[in-house]
Amino acid sequence: MITIIDYGTGNLKSIRNGFLKAGEKVKITNNILEIEKADSIVLPGVGAFGMAMNNLKGFEEVIHKHINDGKPFLGVCLGLQLLFTKSHESKGVKGLDVFKGEVARLPKGMKIPHMGWNNLNIRSNCPLFEGIGNEYVYFVHSYYVKPEDTDIIAATVDYGIELTAAVCQDNVFATQFHPEKSGEIGLEILRNFINYIH
Amino acid sequence: MLAKRIIPCLDCDLQVPHGRVVKGVEFKQIRYAGEPVELATKYYEDGADEIVFLDITASHERRETMAHVIEDTTENVFVPICVGGGIRKPQDYVKMLKAGADKCSTNTAAIQNPELINEASKVVGSQACVIGIDAKRIYVENPKESDDKIIVETPEGYCWYDCSIYGGREFTGIDAISWAMECQDRGAGEILLTSMDRDGTKDGYDIPLTLSMSENLDIPVIASGGVGTPEHIYEAFSKGKADAALAASIFHFNEYPVPIVKDYLKEKGIEVRV
Repeated sequence: MITIIDYGTGNLKSIRNGFLKAGEKVKITNNILEIEKADSIVLPGVGAFGMAMNNLKGFEEVIHKHINDGKPFLGVCLGLQLLFTKSHESKGVKGLDVFKGEVARLPKGMKIPHMGWNNLNIRSNCPLFEGIGNEYVYFVHSYYVKPEDTDIIAATVDYGIELTAAVCQDNVFATQFHPEKSGEIGLEILRNFINYIH
Repeated sequence: MLAKRIIPCLDCDLQVPHGRVVKGVEFKQIRYAGEPVELATKYYEDGADEIVFLDITASHERRETMAHVIEDTTENVFVPICVGGGIRKPQDYVKMLKAGADKCSTNTAAIQNPELINEASKVVGSQACVIGIDAKRIYVENPKESDDKIIVETPEGYCWYDCSIYGGREFTGIDAISWAMECQDRGAGEILLTSMDRDGTKDGYDIPLTLSMSENLDIPVIASGGVGTPEHIYEAFSKGKADAALAASIFHFNEYPVPIVKDYLKEKGIEVRV
Protein backbone atom coordinates (compact mmCIF):
# COMPACT_ATOMS: atom_id res chain seq x y z
CA MET A 1 0.00 0.00 0.00
CA ILE A 2 1.31 3.39 -1.07
CA THR A 3 0.20 6.43 0.91
CA ILE A 4 0.09 9.66 -1.06
CA ILE A 5 0.12 12.82 1.02
CA ASP A 6 -2.67 15.16 -0.03
CA TYR A 7 -1.58 18.63 1.00
CA GLY A 8 -3.68 20.60 -1.43
CA THR A 9 -1.51 20.64 -4.51
CA GLY A 10 -2.96 19.79 -7.91
CA ASN A 11 -3.17 16.52 -9.66
CA LEU A 12 -2.96 13.51 -7.35
CA LYS A 13 -5.07 11.38 -9.64
CA SER A 14 -2.29 10.81 -12.15
CA ILE A 15 0.21 9.51 -9.62
CA ARG A 16 -2.48 7.36 -8.03
CA ASN A 17 -3.43 5.92 -11.44
CA GLY A 18 0.23 5.28 -12.16
CA PHE A 19 0.68 3.19 -9.02
CA LEU A 20 -2.60 1.36 -9.61
CA LYS A 21 -1.50 0.52 -13.13
CA ALA A 22 1.88 -0.58 -11.80
CA GLY A 23 0.02 -2.99 -9.55
CA GLU A 24 -0.09 -1.43 -6.08
CA LYS A 25 -2.89 -0.27 -3.80
CA VAL A 26 -2.97 3.45 -3.09
CA LYS A 27 -4.38 5.65 -0.38
CA ILE A 28 -4.61 9.42 -0.78
CA THR A 29 -4.88 11.14 2.57
CA ASN A 30 -4.31 14.31 4.54
CA ASN A 31 -4.94 12.51 7.83
CA ILE A 32 -1.81 12.75 9.92
CA LEU A 33 -2.53 9.53 11.83
CA GLU A 34 -2.80 7.59 8.59
CA ILE A 35 0.42 9.09 7.33
CA GLU A 36 2.10 8.15 10.60
CA LYS A 37 1.01 4.53 10.11
CA ALA A 38 2.02 4.40 6.45
CA ASP A 39 4.56 1.82 5.29
CA SER A 40 5.62 3.99 2.39
CA ILE A 41 4.93 7.60 1.55
CA VAL A 42 4.75 9.45 -1.74
CA LEU A 43 5.09 13.23 -1.67
CA PRO A 44 3.82 14.62 -4.98
CA GLY A 45 3.65 18.27 -5.81
CA VAL A 46 3.02 20.89 -8.42
CA GLY A 47 3.21 24.57 -7.61
CA ALA A 48 5.40 26.93 -5.65
CA PHE A 49 7.88 25.91 -2.95
CA GLY A 50 6.69 28.42 -0.35
CA MET A 51 3.03 27.61 -0.69
CA ALA A 52 3.75 23.88 -0.56
CA MET A 53 5.84 24.20 2.63
CA ASN A 54 3.05 26.27 4.14
CA ASN A 55 0.53 23.55 3.27
CA LEU A 56 2.86 20.92 4.72
CA LYS A 57 2.81 22.56 8.16
CA GLY A 58 1.94 19.86 10.66
CA PHE A 59 3.15 17.08 8.37
CA GLU A 60 6.86 17.87 8.66
CA GLU A 61 7.44 15.92 11.83
CA VAL A 62 5.78 12.72 10.58
CA ILE A 63 7.69 12.94 7.31
CA HIS A 64 10.99 13.26 9.16
CA LYS A 65 10.10 10.41 11.48
CA HIS A 66 9.06 8.22 8.54
CA ILE A 67 12.38 8.87 6.80
CA ASN A 68 14.46 8.46 9.97
CA ASP A 69 12.72 5.16 10.70
CA GLY A 70 14.09 3.92 7.39
CA LYS A 71 10.68 3.57 5.71
CA PRO A 72 10.42 4.01 1.92
CA PHE A 73 9.78 7.55 0.70
CA LEU A 74 9.32 8.84 -2.83
CA GLY A 75 9.19 12.53 -3.74
CA VAL A 76 8.05 13.64 -7.20
CA CYS A 77 8.87 16.97 -8.89
CA LEU A 78 8.21 19.63 -6.24
CA GLY A 79 8.22 16.70 -3.82
CA LEU A 80 11.93 16.34 -4.66
CA GLN A 81 12.68 20.04 -4.23
CA LEU A 82 10.94 20.20 -0.85
CA LEU A 83 13.48 17.70 0.55
CA PHE A 84 16.20 20.35 0.26
CA THR A 85 17.25 23.16 2.55
CA LYS A 86 15.81 26.16 0.72
CA SER A 87 14.69 27.47 -2.66
CA HIS A 88 15.28 30.66 -4.63
CA GLU A 89 11.61 30.43 -5.59
CA SER A 90 10.47 31.30 -2.07
CA LYS A 91 13.21 33.11 -0.20
CA GLY A 92 13.16 32.80 3.58
CA VAL A 93 11.14 29.58 3.53
CA LYS A 94 12.84 26.56 5.03
CA GLY A 95 12.46 23.26 3.20
CA LEU A 96 12.29 19.82 4.78
CA ASP A 97 16.10 19.86 4.81
CA VAL A 98 16.42 16.09 4.48
CA PHE A 99 19.18 16.83 1.99
CA LYS A 100 21.57 19.77 2.22
CA GLY A 101 21.49 22.07 -0.75
CA GLU A 102 19.41 24.69 -2.46
CA VAL A 103 16.89 24.86 -5.26
CA ALA A 104 17.84 27.37 -7.97
CA ARG A 105 16.08 28.82 -10.99
CA LEU A 106 17.08 27.31 -14.34
CA PRO A 107 19.71 29.51 -15.97
CA LYS A 108 18.72 32.05 -18.62
CA GLY A 109 19.28 31.09 -22.22
CA MET A 110 17.26 27.89 -22.11
CA LYS A 111 13.51 27.76 -22.47
CA ILE A 112 11.87 27.90 -19.04
CA PRO A 113 10.07 25.79 -17.89
CA HIS A 114 12.15 22.79 -18.93
CA MET A 115 9.14 21.02 -20.37
CA GLY A 116 9.04 17.83 -22.35
CA TRP A 117 10.77 14.52 -22.81
CA ASN A 118 14.45 14.35 -21.99
CA ASN A 119 16.74 11.37 -21.59
CA LEU A 120 18.27 10.24 -18.32
CA ASN A 121 21.89 9.61 -17.54
CA ILE A 122 21.83 7.04 -14.77
CA ARG A 123 24.61 7.78 -12.32
CA SER A 124 24.25 5.18 -9.57
CA ASN A 125 22.79 1.76 -8.98
CA CYS A 126 19.70 3.17 -7.28
CA PRO A 127 16.93 0.52 -7.03
CA LEU A 128 14.54 2.99 -8.72
CA PHE A 129 16.47 2.65 -11.99
CA GLU A 130 16.94 -1.10 -12.00
CA GLY A 131 16.77 -2.13 -15.65
CA ILE A 132 16.36 1.48 -16.81
CA GLY A 133 18.87 2.91 -19.26
CA ASN A 134 19.26 6.12 -21.18
CA GLU A 135 15.47 6.56 -21.43
CA TYR A 136 13.20 9.52 -22.08
CA VAL A 137 11.07 10.74 -19.19
CA TYR A 138 8.77 13.73 -18.86
CA PHE A 139 9.93 16.90 -17.13
CA VAL A 140 8.17 20.12 -16.34
CA HIS A 141 9.94 22.47 -13.95
CA SER A 142 11.53 25.91 -13.69
CA TYR A 143 13.75 25.24 -10.67
CA TYR A 144 16.34 22.53 -10.08
CA VAL A 145 18.08 21.05 -7.05
CA LYS A 146 21.77 21.47 -6.28
CA PRO A 147 22.68 18.77 -3.74
CA GLU A 148 25.75 19.54 -1.61
CA ASP A 149 26.46 15.83 -1.43
CA THR A 150 26.70 14.86 -5.08
CA ASP A 151 26.82 11.18 -4.11
CA ILE A 152 23.03 11.23 -3.69
CA ILE A 153 22.54 12.07 -7.39
CA ALA A 154 21.07 8.97 -9.01
CA ALA A 155 20.37 10.39 -12.46
CA THR A 156 21.00 13.58 -14.39
CA VAL A 157 19.60 15.16 -17.53
CA ASP A 158 21.21 17.43 -20.10
CA TYR A 159 19.38 20.71 -20.59
CA GLY A 160 22.20 23.02 -21.59
CA ILE A 161 23.66 22.26 -18.19
CA GLU A 162 23.60 18.93 -16.42
CA LEU A 163 20.64 18.90 -14.04
CA THR A 164 19.84 16.51 -11.23
CA ALA A 165 16.96 14.34 -12.42
CA ALA A 166 16.75 12.05 -9.39
CA VAL A 167 18.29 11.48 -5.98
CA CYS A 168 18.54 8.29 -3.92
CA GLN A 169 19.84 7.74 -0.45
CA ASP A 170 19.01 4.56 1.44
CA ASN A 171 15.20 4.60 1.81
CA VAL A 172 14.67 8.06 0.27
CA PHE A 173 14.03 8.43 -3.45
CA ALA A 174 12.97 11.49 -5.40
CA THR A 175 12.60 12.42 -9.05
CA GLN A 176 12.46 15.80 -10.75
CA PHE A 177 10.57 14.23 -13.65
CA HIS A 178 7.07 12.81 -13.50
CA PRO A 179 7.16 8.99 -13.63
CA GLU A 180 3.35 9.02 -13.78
CA LYS A 181 3.53 10.98 -17.05
CA SER A 182 6.52 9.16 -18.53
CA GLY A 183 4.77 6.35 -20.37
CA GLU A 184 5.75 2.72 -19.87
CA ILE A 185 9.24 3.66 -18.63
CA GLY A 186 7.66 5.78 -15.91
CA LEU A 187 5.45 2.87 -14.86
CA GLU A 188 8.57 0.69 -14.76
CA ILE A 189 10.18 3.18 -12.35
CA LEU A 190 7.05 3.10 -10.16
CA ARG A 191 7.19 -0.72 -10.28
CA ASN A 192 10.80 -0.55 -9.09
CA PHE A 193 9.68 1.52 -6.12
CA ILE A 194 6.93 -1.03 -5.42
CA ASN A 195 9.49 -3.85 -5.58
CA TYR A 196 11.70 -1.96 -3.15
CA ILE A 197 8.94 -1.57 -0.56
CA HIS A 198 8.00 -5.26 -0.63
CA MET B 1 18.54 16.55 -25.12
CA LEU B 2 14.91 17.60 -25.16
CA ALA B 3 12.96 15.59 -27.71
CA LYS B 4 10.56 17.13 -30.23
CA ARG B 5 7.02 16.17 -29.31
CA ILE B 6 4.40 14.51 -31.51
CA ILE B 7 0.90 15.36 -30.34
CA PRO B 8 -2.29 13.79 -31.68
CA CYS B 9 -5.26 16.13 -31.33
CA LEU B 10 -8.77 14.88 -30.64
CA ASP B 11 -11.54 17.28 -31.67
CA CYS B 12 -14.37 16.11 -29.46
CA ASP B 13 -18.09 16.41 -30.00
CA LEU B 14 -19.48 15.85 -26.51
CA GLN B 15 -23.15 15.90 -27.38
CA VAL B 16 -23.35 12.11 -27.37
CA PRO B 17 -22.53 9.81 -24.42
CA HIS B 18 -18.73 9.28 -24.08
CA GLY B 19 -18.25 11.86 -26.84
CA ARG B 20 -16.92 11.26 -30.33
CA VAL B 21 -13.84 12.46 -32.15
CA VAL B 22 -14.62 14.38 -35.31
CA LYS B 23 -12.57 15.78 -38.09
CA GLY B 24 -13.90 18.35 -40.48
CA VAL B 25 -12.29 20.28 -43.29
CA GLU B 26 -12.64 23.89 -42.22
CA PHE B 27 -15.52 22.85 -40.00
CA LYS B 28 -17.39 21.22 -42.87
CA GLN B 29 -17.62 17.62 -44.10
CA ILE B 30 -17.43 16.11 -40.62
CA ARG B 31 -15.99 12.58 -40.35
CA TYR B 32 -16.14 10.47 -37.19
CA ALA B 33 -12.94 8.86 -35.99
CA GLY B 34 -14.00 7.06 -32.80
CA GLU B 35 -14.47 7.61 -29.07
CA PRO B 36 -12.05 10.00 -27.30
CA VAL B 37 -10.93 7.61 -24.53
CA GLU B 38 -10.39 4.76 -26.98
CA LEU B 39 -8.40 6.86 -29.45
CA ALA B 40 -6.30 8.51 -26.73
CA THR B 41 -5.38 5.08 -25.37
CA LYS B 42 -4.42 3.87 -28.83
CA TYR B 43 -2.19 6.91 -29.41
CA TYR B 44 -0.58 6.47 -26.01
CA GLU B 45 0.24 2.87 -26.87
CA ASP B 46 1.57 4.04 -30.25
CA GLY B 47 4.04 6.37 -28.52
CA ALA B 48 2.36 9.80 -28.66
CA ASP B 49 4.24 12.26 -26.44
CA GLU B 50 1.19 14.16 -25.33
CA ILE B 51 -2.51 14.24 -26.20
CA VAL B 52 -4.73 17.26 -26.79
CA PHE B 53 -8.50 17.11 -26.33
CA LEU B 54 -10.44 20.00 -27.84
CA ASP B 55 -14.11 20.34 -26.97
CA ILE B 56 -15.53 21.72 -30.21
CA THR B 57 -18.96 22.09 -28.62
CA ALA B 58 -17.36 24.07 -25.79
CA SER B 59 -20.53 24.80 -23.93
CA HIS B 60 -20.91 25.03 -20.19
CA GLU B 61 -22.84 21.75 -19.80
CA ARG B 62 -20.25 19.79 -21.75
CA ARG B 63 -17.41 20.61 -19.38
CA GLU B 64 -18.63 17.92 -17.00
CA THR B 65 -18.56 15.41 -19.85
CA MET B 66 -15.01 16.48 -20.75
CA ALA B 67 -13.88 16.06 -17.14
CA HIS B 68 -15.22 12.49 -17.21
CA VAL B 69 -13.47 11.79 -20.51
CA ILE B 70 -10.18 12.98 -18.96
CA GLU B 71 -10.74 10.92 -15.82
CA ASP B 72 -11.35 7.78 -17.84
CA THR B 73 -8.42 8.48 -20.15
CA THR B 74 -5.86 9.01 -17.39
CA GLU B 75 -6.58 5.57 -15.92
CA ASN B 76 -4.63 4.07 -18.80
CA VAL B 77 -2.77 6.95 -20.44
CA PHE B 78 0.49 8.04 -18.81
CA VAL B 79 1.59 10.99 -20.90
CA PRO B 80 0.65 14.66 -20.47
CA ILE B 81 -2.90 15.65 -21.37
CA CYS B 82 -4.00 19.09 -22.56
CA VAL B 83 -7.65 20.17 -22.65
CA GLY B 84 -9.12 23.03 -24.65
CA GLY B 85 -12.57 24.44 -25.30
CA GLY B 86 -14.80 26.17 -22.80
CA ILE B 87 -11.99 27.05 -20.37
CA ARG B 88 -12.95 30.54 -19.20
CA LYS B 89 -12.11 30.91 -15.50
CA PRO B 90 -9.22 29.83 -13.26
CA GLN B 91 -11.68 27.37 -11.66
CA ASP B 92 -12.10 25.68 -15.05
CA TYR B 93 -8.35 25.03 -15.09
CA VAL B 94 -8.47 23.61 -11.59
CA LYS B 95 -11.40 21.37 -12.50
CA MET B 96 -9.60 19.90 -15.52
CA LEU B 97 -6.32 19.46 -13.65
CA LYS B 98 -8.15 17.67 -10.85
CA ALA B 99 -9.68 15.36 -13.46
CA GLY B 100 -6.13 14.40 -14.49
CA ALA B 101 -5.22 16.93 -17.19
CA ASP B 102 -1.81 18.62 -17.07
CA LYS B 103 -2.54 21.68 -19.16
CA CYS B 104 -5.48 23.72 -20.40
CA SER B 105 -5.63 25.64 -23.62
CA THR B 106 -7.63 28.85 -24.00
CA ASN B 107 -8.19 30.92 -27.09
CA THR B 108 -11.28 33.13 -27.30
CA ALA B 109 -11.57 33.55 -23.53
CA ALA B 110 -7.97 34.82 -23.28
CA ILE B 111 -8.41 37.34 -26.10
CA GLN B 112 -11.62 38.64 -24.53
CA ASN B 113 -10.09 38.72 -21.06
CA PRO B 114 -6.26 38.70 -21.15
CA GLU B 115 -6.14 38.97 -17.32
CA LEU B 116 -7.28 35.34 -17.30
CA ILE B 117 -3.73 34.34 -18.28
CA ASN B 118 -2.22 36.20 -15.31
CA GLU B 119 -4.78 34.77 -12.91
CA ALA B 120 -4.68 31.20 -14.18
CA SER B 121 -0.89 31.04 -14.30
CA LYS B 122 -0.78 32.19 -10.68
CA VAL B 123 -3.26 29.51 -9.63
CA VAL B 124 -2.05 26.51 -11.65
CA GLY B 125 1.38 27.61 -12.90
CA SER B 126 2.57 28.73 -16.33
CA GLN B 127 3.27 25.16 -17.44
CA ALA B 128 -0.48 24.48 -17.35
CA CYS B 129 -1.47 27.60 -19.31
CA VAL B 130 -1.46 26.97 -23.03
CA ILE B 131 -2.75 29.69 -25.34
CA GLY B 132 -4.36 28.60 -28.57
CA ILE B 133 -3.87 31.04 -31.42
CA ASP B 134 -5.74 30.60 -34.71
CA ALA B 135 -3.92 32.82 -37.19
CA LYS B 136 -4.88 33.82 -40.72
CA ARG B 137 -2.73 35.56 -43.25
CA ILE B 138 -3.66 39.09 -44.27
CA TYR B 139 -1.52 39.99 -47.28
CA VAL B 140 -0.14 43.49 -47.65
CA GLU B 141 1.15 45.25 -50.74
CA ASN B 142 3.79 47.27 -49.03
CA PRO B 143 5.37 45.77 -45.88
CA LYS B 144 6.47 49.21 -44.67
CA GLU B 145 2.93 50.59 -44.46
CA SER B 146 1.70 48.31 -41.68
CA ASP B 147 3.75 49.71 -38.84
CA ASP B 148 1.60 48.31 -36.03
CA LYS B 149 1.71 44.72 -37.35
CA ILE B 150 4.54 42.21 -37.49
CA ILE B 151 5.06 41.52 -41.18
CA VAL B 152 6.20 38.09 -42.27
CA GLU B 153 7.64 37.24 -45.64
CA THR B 154 6.08 34.15 -47.22
CA PRO B 155 6.54 32.58 -50.66
CA GLU B 156 3.08 33.99 -51.48
CA GLY B 157 3.96 37.55 -50.45
CA TYR B 158 4.18 39.74 -47.36
CA CYS B 159 1.50 39.32 -44.73
CA TRP B 160 0.61 39.74 -41.10
CA TYR B 161 -1.42 37.26 -39.10
CA ASP B 162 -4.89 38.02 -37.78
CA CYS B 163 -6.13 36.23 -34.63
CA SER B 164 -9.46 34.56 -35.03
CA ILE B 165 -11.84 33.56 -32.27
CA TYR B 166 -14.84 31.24 -31.93
CA GLY B 167 -13.06 28.52 -33.87
CA GLY B 168 -12.32 30.68 -36.89
CA ARG B 169 -15.76 32.23 -37.23
CA GLU B 170 -14.73 35.73 -36.22
CA PHE B 171 -11.60 37.84 -36.77
CA THR B 172 -10.24 40.32 -34.26
CA GLY B 173 -7.67 42.39 -36.15
CA ILE B 174 -5.20 41.50 -33.39
CA ASP B 175 -1.70 40.73 -34.63
CA ALA B 176 -1.08 37.07 -33.72
CA ILE B 177 2.66 37.33 -33.09
CA SER B 178 2.36 40.42 -30.87
CA TRP B 179 -0.49 38.72 -29.03
CA ALA B 180 1.62 35.61 -28.43
CA MET B 181 4.39 37.79 -26.96
CA GLU B 182 1.86 39.47 -24.68
CA CYS B 183 0.58 36.03 -23.59
CA GLN B 184 4.12 35.01 -22.71
CA ASP B 185 4.58 38.16 -20.62
CA ARG B 186 1.30 37.48 -18.84
CA GLY B 187 2.40 33.98 -17.83
CA ALA B 188 1.45 31.62 -20.65
CA GLY B 189 3.64 28.52 -20.78
CA GLU B 190 3.14 27.44 -24.36
CA ILE B 191 1.52 28.50 -27.64
CA LEU B 192 -0.64 26.13 -29.67
CA LEU B 193 -0.40 27.80 -33.06
CA THR B 194 -2.90 26.88 -35.77
CA SER B 195 -2.75 28.22 -39.29
CA MET B 196 -6.29 28.93 -40.48
CA ASP B 197 -5.02 29.07 -44.05
CA ARG B 198 -3.62 25.55 -43.87
CA ASP B 199 -6.00 23.83 -41.44
CA GLY B 200 -7.61 20.86 -43.17
CA THR B 201 -5.68 21.32 -46.43
CA LYS B 202 -2.89 18.75 -45.92
CA ASP B 203 -0.56 21.17 -47.72
CA GLY B 204 1.81 21.37 -44.75
CA TYR B 205 2.16 23.73 -41.78
CA ASP B 206 2.53 27.46 -42.39
CA ILE B 207 6.30 27.45 -41.95
CA PRO B 208 6.94 31.24 -42.06
CA LEU B 209 4.29 31.68 -39.34
CA THR B 210 5.74 28.88 -37.19
CA LEU B 211 9.29 30.18 -37.57
CA SER B 212 8.33 33.75 -36.81
CA MET B 213 6.50 32.66 -33.63
CA SER B 214 9.36 30.42 -32.49
CA GLU B 215 11.91 33.17 -33.02
CA ASN B 216 9.88 35.81 -31.19
CA LEU B 217 9.07 33.67 -28.16
CA ASP B 218 10.97 31.96 -25.35
CA ILE B 219 8.12 29.57 -24.56
CA PRO B 220 7.50 26.43 -26.64
CA VAL B 221 5.46 26.60 -29.84
CA ILE B 222 3.25 23.73 -31.04
CA ALA B 223 2.75 23.83 -34.82
CA SER B 224 -0.74 22.95 -35.99
CA GLY B 225 -2.89 23.04 -39.10
CA GLY B 226 -2.22 21.54 -42.50
CA VAL B 227 -0.17 18.42 -41.88
CA GLY B 228 -0.57 15.76 -44.52
CA THR B 229 2.70 13.81 -44.45
CA PRO B 230 5.57 13.05 -42.05
CA GLU B 231 7.70 15.36 -44.17
CA HIS B 232 5.48 18.28 -43.14
CA ILE B 233 6.22 17.47 -39.51
CA TYR B 234 9.93 17.34 -40.32
CA GLU B 235 9.66 20.83 -41.86
CA ALA B 236 7.86 22.20 -38.79
CA PHE B 237 10.90 21.18 -36.71
CA SER B 238 13.75 21.79 -39.14
CA LYS B 239 12.53 24.98 -40.84
CA GLY B 240 9.80 26.23 -38.47
CA LYS B 241 11.83 25.57 -35.29
CA ALA B 242 8.68 24.30 -33.56
CA ASP B 243 9.02 22.44 -30.27
CA ALA B 244 6.10 20.14 -30.95
CA ALA B 245 3.86 19.21 -33.86
CA LEU B 246 0.16 18.58 -33.57
CA ALA B 247 -1.82 16.52 -36.03
CA ALA B 248 -5.23 14.92 -36.23
CA SER B 249 -6.42 13.24 -39.39
CA ILE B 250 -3.13 11.61 -40.41
CA PHE B 251 -3.36 9.70 -37.13
CA HIS B 252 -7.13 9.18 -36.95
CA PHE B 253 -7.50 7.57 -40.31
CA ASN B 254 -4.25 5.63 -39.98
CA GLU B 255 -2.63 7.38 -42.92
CA TYR B 256 0.60 7.75 -40.95
CA PRO B 257 0.52 6.16 -37.48
CA VAL B 258 2.67 7.74 -34.74
CA PRO B 259 5.48 5.10 -34.94
CA ILE B 260 5.86 5.63 -38.70
CA VAL B 261 6.12 9.41 -38.20
CA LYS B 262 8.67 9.03 -35.41
CA ASP B 263 10.82 6.56 -37.34
CA TYR B 264 10.84 8.96 -40.27
CA LEU B 265 11.87 11.89 -38.08
CA LYS B 266 14.58 9.90 -36.36
CA GLU B 267 16.02 8.87 -39.69
CA LYS B 268 16.10 12.55 -40.68
CA GLY B 269 18.10 13.36 -37.55
CA ILE B 270 15.33 14.86 -35.40
CA GLU B 271 15.49 14.03 -31.69
CA VAL B 272 12.32 12.09 -30.88
CA ARG B 273 11.30 9.66 -28.16
CA VAL B 274 11.10 6.19 -29.69
